[in-house]
Amino acid sequence: MSTLRALAKAQALAAGVAQPVATVRHLHLSDRPLVLVPLTMAGEANAPLAALVGDAPDAARLLIVPQPRNRDQRFAFAAELAGIVLPYLDSFRGDTEAVAVDRGRDVRHRYVDAPQLVVPNPGGVTFLRLFGRSTRFRRTDGDYPVHPAVPLLGRWLTFFAERAEQPGSSALLALTDALTLHWATGQSAVEDQHLPAVLGWLDPPPGLTGAQAAARAEDPARCPPAGPATDPEFDNRVLAPAIAAYADAADDEAARWSAYAELELALRGQLAPTWELVWRGLGLLAALPPGARVAGRWAGDRDAFTGYAEHVDAGGGPQPRRDGAVAAAVRLHRLERAAASYAVQRAYDDPLVMAEHRLAGEAFVGDVTLTDPARVDDTGKRPVLRPRIQVVTTEPVAVPVGATLYSPARPGQKARVVFLTPAADGKTEVVLELSGGMGRGLTAPPGTVPEVGERLCLTTLSDGFLPAGSFPTPEETPWTHGGPPAAPVLSDPAPGPAVGPADGDPAEEWA
Amino acid sequence: MTSTARRLAEIRGGGAPRRHNARTTAALTGNPGCDRRAVLDSAGADKPGLAERVGFPARFGQSRFAITRGNAFEALVKADGGAELLRLVAERLGVDSTGPATWTDLGAEDRGDPPDATAQFGRAARSRAALAAAAPVGADDPAALFDHPLLGLDVAGQRVHLEPDLVAARLAGRFHVVEIKSFPVIDGQADPGKVAAAAIQSAVYVLALRELLAAEGHDAALVSSDVVLVCPRDFANRPVASLVDVRKQLLVLRRQLDRMARVDDLLARLPADFTADPSTDPERLRRSLTSVPARYAPDCLAACELAYFCRHETRAETAALGRPVREALGGVATVAEVLALAAGSDPGAPGQAEAAALLRAAARLRADALAGQPA
Repeated sequence: MSTLRALAKAQALAAGVAQPVATVRHLHLSDRPLVLVPLTMAGEANAPLAALVGDAPDAARLLIVPQPRNRDQRFAFAAELAGIVLPYLDSFRGDTEAVAVDRGRDVRHRYVDAPQLVVPNPGGVTFLRLFGRSTRFRRTDGDYPVHPAVPLLGRWLTFFAERAEQPGSSALLALTDALTLHWATGQSAVEDQHLPAVLGWLDPPPGLTGAQAAARAEDPARCPPAGPATDPEFDNRVLAPAIAAYADAADDEAARWSAYAELELALRGQLAPTWELVWRGLGLLAALPPGARVAGRWAGDRDAFTGYAEHVDAGGGPQPRRDGAVAAAVRLHRLERAAASYAVQRAYDDPLVMAEHRLAGEAFVGDVTLTDPARVDDTGKRPVLRPRIQVVTTEPVAVPVGATLYSPARPGQKARVVFLTPAADGKTEVVLELSGGMGRGLTAPPGTVPEVGERLCLTTLSDGFLPAGSFPTPEETPWTHGGPPAAPVLSDPAPGPAVGPADGDPAEEWA
Repeated sequence: MTSTARRLAEIRGGGAPRRHNARTTAALTGNPGCDRRAVLDSAGADKPGLAERVGFPARFGQSRFAITRGNAFEALVKADGGAELLRLVAERLGVDSTGPATWTDLGAEDRGDPPDATAQFGRAARSRAALAAAAPVGADDPAALFDHPLLGLDVAGQRVHLEPDLVAARLAGRFHVVEIKSFPVIDGQADPGKVAAAAIQSAVYVLALRELLAAEGHDAALVSSDVVLVCPRDFANRPVASLVDVRKQLLVLRRQLDRMARVDDLLARLPADFTADPSTDPERLRRSLTSVPARYAPDCLAACELAYFCRHETRAETAALGRPVREALGGVATVAEVLALAAGSDPGAPGQAEAAALLRAAARLRADALAGQPA
């Protein structure tokens, strides 16, 4: 927690309403996101109970599992969900655009848009990850066949859950995280996991403070939890009798229908308030202008979507249960690079985020007072253009002479600190030597060198290219990491590898 | 009855003391600096009742489905006189489970709630005798499982009886604590929060079992610090055993139990008319509770029934926003103080110069950025 964010929290508490911690939106928002509000059965291992799904506020479809412990019903739910999710994904597989790769020597295509899934909270992401895990290895033949769409859904859900781990990705959003990235509430991080409370702070009803609205949102009788866990009171008072009534109805068609309708009503009552809140939250985010680098990161999501769609089309297998040593190292490296780049990009896009870095001594803002745009350094073999500028700042400068700084206004340009001179009134004069971003000649094109009077932010954060690490092939896994995998790694394993013993009997009552 | 016990009974009011379990003990060590909690828990006060009475009811309901599933899984694992459980545990420990084995249910006759004090005492004695008699002498001992032993532990100067749903397994010359939990282990991974909670609970049992053996003149090291966690595997209910090393939790637990203020000292500091009797008038009860300092942190919400009351009481303090926030704010205690320091209207106490400078800089930067100053 940076001091700036902590201060915003204190201000939110005092003001009774959430305070902004971002001036632009750091996420891509789709025009047509697929909102998914899942509920699970308490005590079970990620057994779906119900879900509201849809790509518009008035297009909610309710899926329920009248007996969540029944395997057949669980996979029937998966098939039904696949019936919504897969056509939604396919709807983005239309127009493609060409992207130059390998320094323009080759070209590849990616979809011009990509799907976006939105769940209320990180628990929803976990639900999708585990539901993907429980469906992607299912077989469509054998003793307990499932609908062919089920394993495909599992692979896509796993794809989205893995994307959600990548900092800066907008493919699968947990709304509480998305909101608290942009606003600070007057409550703790633990309480920020509760979507109704977060929205209570962001947009309290008239006459209530954020704290009062959040406290009201904590009462499950007044505001059902945003899932995936249900309210225990609801389970005991409403759900258990309703499930029992459905089970008791057995072959009595009329009784079963009425019991089903009763269950639907009860579950819709628990889900509908969250559904409304999700769309309201998305509306609040949409009101913020997007950051300049959001589109670039979304292009990464579109690349990933295109790549996985091609993998599926080519008959590629499901994601493994666990990564091997090399795959895990590659994944970690990729996530670390994404995290570093995301942090820098947010700071470049947003002065309020950059302010956190200024406070930490990683950046300062000053006015340009002197420039020498035509300065040429001819001490080397060839003369090179090395303009110098002087910046005067009132902020403490924590960087040493010789450090390389960057400015969000000219990300391609490096500024090396040449002199640091304390001046009157606690100001500091910084002389910087510029290189890069000025063309190839010995004269800087207009605008490439800051002019006198320009206010400039200089930072140690660089949004430059991060070279990818090099890793051995799986067959060359070093002994320190367990050595090469025992079985030969197939580049393209057959879809649906043997899953070992099927986990349970379909007719079995799982408790 | 000692004077301490009498005082605690007075505080509690008319009712019988609440039964402790490893969960409440583990949670007690989670916030050792909280005097309010130490007093109430030592007295075995009816905290849910108290919370309700002062207008901040706790939300610790448990779903019927979760209870059913937990019980069903435990019954499944313990079926056939623990044969399957023994096989699982032995396999995980890498020892041979063939040969004679015994199963002793030490809790068979006592299932009352509230507990019958004499039955509980009898059960504690029975557990002590049975476990001490079974203390391992060598690796060749036949396997023996003890279900529902009643263990005791001194917490804050009070004897706490642990009501475990655990099994103590004697295998290969050592006792192992076996915990059966119904959260799933999927692809060898489980919810880290749940595993951490299970580990600290198991550590409470290990500690209690070690003390029991030590008191009977045996070597405490006969109880392994590797506990066996039995959970459903993947998405069905087939059990899988995992080893959890609780040495770290044992250290933490022991240190915190040692450090925990002795309840006598706490009682000496209490006002003479302090009460935690839920039948008291709510206004007086509130005043009474407020007279004992609490140390609220957001984590309390998941562990203590009184947390909503304490949160309300500390709502103007930075601690209520969480420890990282408080630290980022230079440790300044109240929100009003933070804002005054940030605005520069309060120079702050002599020790606060650094925090004040940081907060003033933060406030200026924040205001600049929000006013659209270029960065």
